[in-house]
Formats: sequence, C-alpha cells, structure tokens
Amino acid sequence: MKRSRRSFMKMAGIAALGLGAQPAMKAIAPAAEHGPATKFEKGPKALIGQQWAMVIDTRRFETPEDLEPIIEACHKIHNVPHFTEKRHEIKWIWETHFHNAFPNNPNPYMSEEAEQRPYLVLCNHCENPPCVRACPTKATFKRESDGIVVMDMHRCIGCRFCMAACPYGSRSFNFRDPRPFIEEINPNYPRRMKGVVEKCNFCAERLAVGQMPACVEASDGAIVFGDLKDPDSEVRHVLRENFTIRRKQNLGTEPCVYYIV
Amino acid sequence: MSKKWIVIGLIVFLGLFSTPFWYNLLVKMGTAAPRPEVVLTEKAKAAKQCVMPTDFMKTEHMQLLDLWRLKVVRGAVRDFVNPEGKTFNMSLSNTCLDCHSNKAEFCDRCHDYASVRPYCWDCHIDNPQGEMK
Repeated sequence: MKRSRRSFMKMAGIAALGLGAQPAMKAIAPAAEHGPATKFEKGPKALIGQQWAMVIDTRRFETPEDLEPIIEACHKIHNVPHFTEKRHEIKWIWETHFHNAFPNNPNPYMSEEAEQRPYLVLCNHCENPPCVRACPTKATFKRESDGIVVMDMHRCIGCRFCMAACPYGSRSFNFRDPRPFIEEINPNYPRRMKGVVEKCNFCAERLAVGQMPACVEASDGAIVFGDLKDPDSEVRHVLRENFTIRRKQNLGTEPCVYYIV
Repeated sequence: MSKKWIVIGLIVFLGLFSTPFWYNLLVKMGTAAPRPEVVLTEKAKAAKQCVMPTDFMKTEHMQLLDLWRLKVVRGAVRDFVNPEGKTFNMSLSNTCLDCHSNKAEFCDRCHDYASVRPYCWDCHIDNPQGEMK
C-alpha cells in the first residue's frame, strides 16, 4: 500500500485536531465527582470571612486565674491531652510573661502592672506563615477561603520543620500517645496520635456551624474575633479605637492576633 | 548429561513453589472463612439508604470517605448533598457512626475478613454515643 504525502498530512491534521479537542470536551462536560449529582456545600450557618483575626484585651486579665477558664475551654473542646511532664506538653493556647510574648518591645521603666499581667498566646494564623513554607507534605497550609492556618493531621509526618519555623512556639509535638492523657473526651472532635504536630485551628469546626471560637466565648468579651478584611467587622472597630501591638511583627509574618496593652 | 538434573531440579522447584496452591486445593478445600455478615442497627435499617446507594457504599465507601476528608479538612466545606437532595454533615464519627454505631459488627467484620486495617480509629472516636474505652 502506498500512501501519498498529501493523504498522510491530512490524517496527521485530523489526529492533531482530535487530541486537541479532548480537553475542550472535558471542560464542557465535567466528570461528576462520585456518582451523579452529588454536591458539596458550606453549611447554611457557616461564618464567612476573608481573613479571620483576633483582638485580645489584655487589660481585662489581671491574674493567671482569669485565663484558666479560657485555656480549659479550648483544651477540653479539642481533646488536648494534659501531660504533667513539661517536655511532653501539648498546648493550643497558653499563658506567658510579657517579655516572652513581646521580646522586641524591651522598653525600660515600663508600667509594672502591664509587665506583670499574664498574656494569652496562641497560633497567630499569620498572613505570611513560615510554618506553611517549611512543611514538606503540605500538611499545614493556609486555607484560601478564610486565611486560617490549618493542620491536616492525615498528612503530617512529624518532621517538626514547622515547629522550627514558627517564631511563636505555637506548635506542639506528640512525643507520646496522647489518648490516655485526655481527661474528658469530647466525642465531636477527633483526637491525635503519636508523632504528629498540633496547634490552634481558630476553631475552624465551630466557625463552620456558626459558633465563635471557644476562647472568645469563654472570655466574656475580652477577646474579639472577626474578619480583618471587612471594614465593618467587630475586630476592625476595636482596632480603630484602640492602640494594639502584635507579636514579633518585625519578622514580616503578619500575625493576625492583636493585643491591646 | 546435566540436562537431566536441571529438568528434575526444575520440576522439584515448581512442585515446592506451588505447594500453597496444592495444599489449599486438595487439603483445605471448602474450609475458606465464611463471607462476613454485617449487622445493621435499628437506626440504619429505618433509614433504608445510606448517604449513597448500598451498592455504591459497598464498593466505594473508602473513596467517598477520602473525598469527604479532603473537602472538610482542605476545602472548608462540611455539607454533602446526595443525589436525592438530602444533606449530611461529612463526619465519620458523627454521621457514619451515628447510624452504624456497632463498629465491631459493621466495620470490623468486613475489614477483618479482607485483612485491611484502616487507622481511622487512632484519632476518630469509634463510639461517639457510648462509653470511651
């Protein structure tokens, strides 16, 4: 069989057209994800925000006892284990001294009252999070929809690069199986296993059902939560009316937890 | 000369190599583990259908759960709407185990039979209604 150059070119052209049409056909008729007509939706009550942020009025907390119910509320809801040994400690939100919270503000002769106050610290859900860049498996990532820095426990391999990258010490590693050390289990939230890193998730699971984060609820108005990109949100009002500082903001991580001092 | 020994050696090797096959065929015939029977709770029976048709759930529940996990953790969506238009919260412990609260008789029976060991329960609570172990 002899084929002329002309007919070969024709066939090649038709074949190229066919290959090129395939992606176009796919775009027109998108393959259904799992069976016919299933849909995925945000819940009707879900709170929507572009970048969640928090303002903590530290003037309202005078003693460590004032912070205790807040820390307890968070740790109870998220099944955070309680280890008596300091080196195994897991913490999502905790209390620290002014000089540890704000090491770059070492003004001499500062107000003794402000210096002695307990400071509530947690994951800052940075706009430019260094932990996300460090994670080799994308187990920790910045959620596009609302700016929360989330952990995907299924992907965490426990390399602890994120812990080294975080300038706030917001992350804890499960050196031991945490399950026997959870005092009271909340059946609505999963636990963790040995070998994963964990941290505050800005109560993503509560925002999804229209609730405020647990610490905000327990703080009796001393912590304000809202959308940083919405000029009418409560946090923006509070930020406009008060002078606030952030932790180590000279590092350029753009933390989203603000402190009224 | 050596050809004879090579052929004999090969036959002996193949015979030994296929022992498990012969053993199961001749000695253990008919003693295979019986097909597992899963038990439905009253609540699951009353619901008639799971989030998707039963046949789909039998073969594809793992893919569905994987997709749910992806959507909830990474996609920030938590509601699943099935083809009938019913909405479910995508939660293993709080939706799946709400009906199938008998994990030992429902999940484990098939998983043991198929020798798969999903590690969901390392973290996810396996009896959200009952006492914690």
